[in-house]
Amino acid sequence: MPLALEGSQALARAIALCRPQVVAAYPITPQTHIVEGIAKLVADGQLDCEMVSVESEHSAASVALGAAVAGSRAYTASASQGILLMAEVLFDIAGLRVPLVMTCANRALSGPLNIWNDQQDSMAMRDSGWIQLYCATNQEAIDTTVQAFRIAERCELPVMVCVDGFTLTHTLEPLEMPTQEQVDGFLPPYFFRHGLHPDEPRSLGTLVGPEHFSEVRHAHHHALLRAQDEIVQADADWGEVVGRQYGGLLEVRGEPEATLGILTLGSVLGTLEDAMEENPDLPRARFIKLRSFRPFPAQALREACAGLEHLIVLERALSPGYGGIVGPEVQAVLAGQSSPPKIYNVAAGLGGRDMSLELYGRLVDLIASGREPEPFCIIDADPMLLPEEDR
Amino acid sequence: MNANPSKGSTLAEIPISIETLRSRQPRFRGLESGHRACQGCGEALAARLTTEAAGPDVVVANATGCLEVFTTPWPQSAWRLPWIHSVFGNVAAVAAGMEAALKQQGRATQVLAFAGDGGTFDIGFQALSGMMERGHNVMFVCFDNEAYMNTGVQRSGSTPHAAMTTTSPPGRERMGKRHMKKDILSIIAAHHIPYAATASVAFPSDLRKKVRRAMDTEGASFLQIHSPCPLGWGHDGAKTIEVARLAVQTGLFPIIEMERGELIGTLPIRNPRPVSDYLKLQNRFRHLFADDFRARKELEHLQAIADRNIERYELRGVRAESYDTEGADTVHRGGDRWA
Amino acid sequence: MLEIRIHGRGGQGNVVAAYLLASAAIDGGSYAQAFPAFGAERRGAPVAAFVRIDDQPIRRRCQVREPDFLIVQDPALMDVPETLSGLRARGTILVDGTALEIDGSGDNEIMTIPATRLAMEHIGRPVPNTALLAAFITLTQLMPVSALIDALAERFKGPILEKNQRLVEAAAATVEAGRWQEVAHAVSA
Repeated sequence: MPLALEGSQALARAIALCRPQVVAAYPITPQTHIVEGIAKLVADGQLDCEMVSVESEHSAASVALGAAVAGSRAYTASASQGILLMAEVLFDIAGLRVPLVMTCANRALSGPLNIWNDQQDSMAMRDSGWIQLYCATNQEAIDTTVQAFRIAERCELPVMVCVDGFTLTHTLEPLEMPTQEQVDGFLPPYFFRHGLHPDEPRSLGTLVGPEHFSEVRHAHHHALLRAQDEIVQADADWGEVVGRQYGGLLEVRGEPEATLGILTLGSVLGTLEDAMEENPDLPRARFIKLRSFRPFPAQALREACAGLEHLIVLERALSPGYGGIVGPEVQAVLAGQSSPPKIYNVAAGLGGRDMSLELYGRLVDLIASGREPEPFCIIDADPMLLPEEDR
Repeated sequence: MNANPSKGSTLAEIPISIETLRSRQPRFRGLESGHRACQGCGEALAARLTTEAAGPDVVVANATGCLEVFTTPWPQSAWRLPWIHSVFGNVAAVAAGMEAALKQQGRATQVLAFAGDGGTFDIGFQALSGMMERGHNVMFVCFDNEAYMNTGVQRSGSTPHAAMTTTSPPGRERMGKRHMKKDILSIIAAHHIPYAATASVAFPSDLRKKVRRAMDTEGASFLQIHSPCPLGWGHDGAKTIEVARLAVQTGLFPIIEMERGELIGTLPIRNPRPVSDYLKLQNRFRHLFADDFRARKELEHLQAIADRNIERYELRGVRAESYDTEGADTVHRGGDRWA
Repeated sequence: MLEIRIHGRGGQGNVVAAYLLASAAIDGGSYAQAFPAFGAERRGAPVAAFVRIDDQPIRRRCQVREPDFLIVQDPALMDVPETLSGLRARGTILVDGTALEIDGSGDNEIMTIPATRLAMEHIGRPVPNTALLAAFITLTQLMPVSALIDALAERFKGPILEKNQRLVEAAAATVEAGRWQEVAHAVSA
């Protein structure tokens, strides 16, 4: 029997089921409801956990780091400016190979100030060395959170679960919550091999010079590449427990035989799927839901794109002065294929702009026009709102 | 270990002197020798004294700085303690996280946070304030060498007024640092934490006593240890202790203790020395001894600061005491009631 | 799929109303979705929230642009052009207030109930959302009124719940049960 839950409340419960021992967070819209939910569970005695309400996101990440190395399962959550304020600590956590999990309630970055949903924040942390998993639904966010702790602890890598702010975090819908027994059976108690203990004093985060730094980076890079297997395995194993799976690294949906592909990250997928069903006169598309952005699933992506003539990469962020962020990576991994699809790289839904059902038609029109793809465009930008020189 | 006299024996029957016995006692060393600090490094000495007094049942979070760099050039480490360095400004938060974890696990291991003055007064201040406000059971130790030494001697919030650093050079328009040394202990005191104190490497038994006191304190505690840097201050590496002692004896670095924001103890100054005795040993104050009106004004200014400290904390000892700026440093390593 | 848009002002419990309606539908075995038109608005500013109800899983997450029903928590908002925007041809509007306050021109049926007054009487707070929901559910027969009370019971306890329960019953009695049932059926068919 599904429960009617707001995404954030469900996430708070899912995190509690994973038995975190230390949770540190600083409030930022739209992450707040998640940590408020956890704080209430702690206050009500339903979760035995040290809840540390810190004075900044920089400290939130640092407290989580300290807790994880001192032998406790740690969790934090943030968004937007908070992610950026954490940035140096996030790189450090990953570089030290500390397993912890955070939720990014995806939100635009300043300036100008915008509190609404896009994915510029987590994309800005692309190179931090964290695993990044993007969720299309709240149900996926719940299940991915449980999986994330196992992935993090087995791979000794931090995992960022990216959940579209508001669009998912503030949406109430029917959700299946796993039971404590299911989670306990899936997720063993926390253990960190390199933890700090007086019985076995070790130094973490030492000064590493040119003699060893390349090897540190090599090992980190390969740990992320290897994590692909663990991400697939966690999804499969958890799928056996709860009967829900999300494709591991990515999922092919929609029309599998279509020669038009649309690659998405996050919650826009359902809207596109509905739009395709409601518009039978429009060409049908193969949807590629990219779940794991880091590690980037090159091989899985090549397989998912086999037979495509056109591939639209739809992003919720951009790299100003270049264009897309995900698009060029997709292009790069497909470049060596025998007949790679033409890639159309667009952004939409920036800063919370509503992505309506019409978006599907506009995407499909890119192909129908027969024109060569533009390098990149923000497809839902309104020319009439732009100064003339920018149109 | 087996130096304990057998049961029934008296002190007189032990064939070696108490002093020799003490010197042979195995002492726990948290920070081993062989690290890469400069000769005469006050911070290395302070860290060794601190960890010796703290004992082995601790975990340490260390901010970025000389201490981190000279102790842990991978694959070596001079630490015999579980130790982590994360980034520059987050040491109090990392320590808070470790403390929260240990508390949740029901472990009694004490958490120490080590930072220089930059990691305490400046970039690490917000995290430090938050950690104290939340009352984490963390002993925060600031090794105060009064500038960013690790990056090559740039001024910090702790650099004394008029001191020369690479970013506060004296010149035609300037007499060194224009601003005052931040009164960090008053700011710490305003958090009303259970215990806060200053100490100096020149007074090791006082320092050890304060470390033990802080270790026994439930809640956040703070130690600011004055630690000369021969390179950054421009003094002979053999004179670290002398320089540190003069900082105290002049009144420029008052040694005080606070409980919940109230002053509870001071190290009395038996015979206050003029600040010039301290300043002239250091190149960073050399420009104050030029034949220059502004230099004389700044010297007067620094003397006034020292006088003000002596007055404010009532540091002037009325008579010779065994525990004052002259008495306390006669205590030997491993000896004395304070140690 | 039924699409409902709720208009109100910050502090009137707009999002809560949307969540309550969707919760009641979900608890009754339907699929539903509720979310606010996410804003940084403070108390008093015009706000909107959306509800979708269906008999199959709801995939889309775009805002409701062409609602079948409008619930308006402040009659003054009827003068704001965005309030009526996109309302479907046979869509209906439920407004807090009296018929005298509303300019009834247009093709869509407008129903008024004194929701704020009822709320003041029963719970002592000028929050019209629960009364409006009770009336809406009674008009559309989307679910039994008891489902709303069950949803309220997840949020309130004791005397406050009892007061809300009486408010629901009083508000339900002010409208003709099933008057909008056909509209609701036509939409979901």
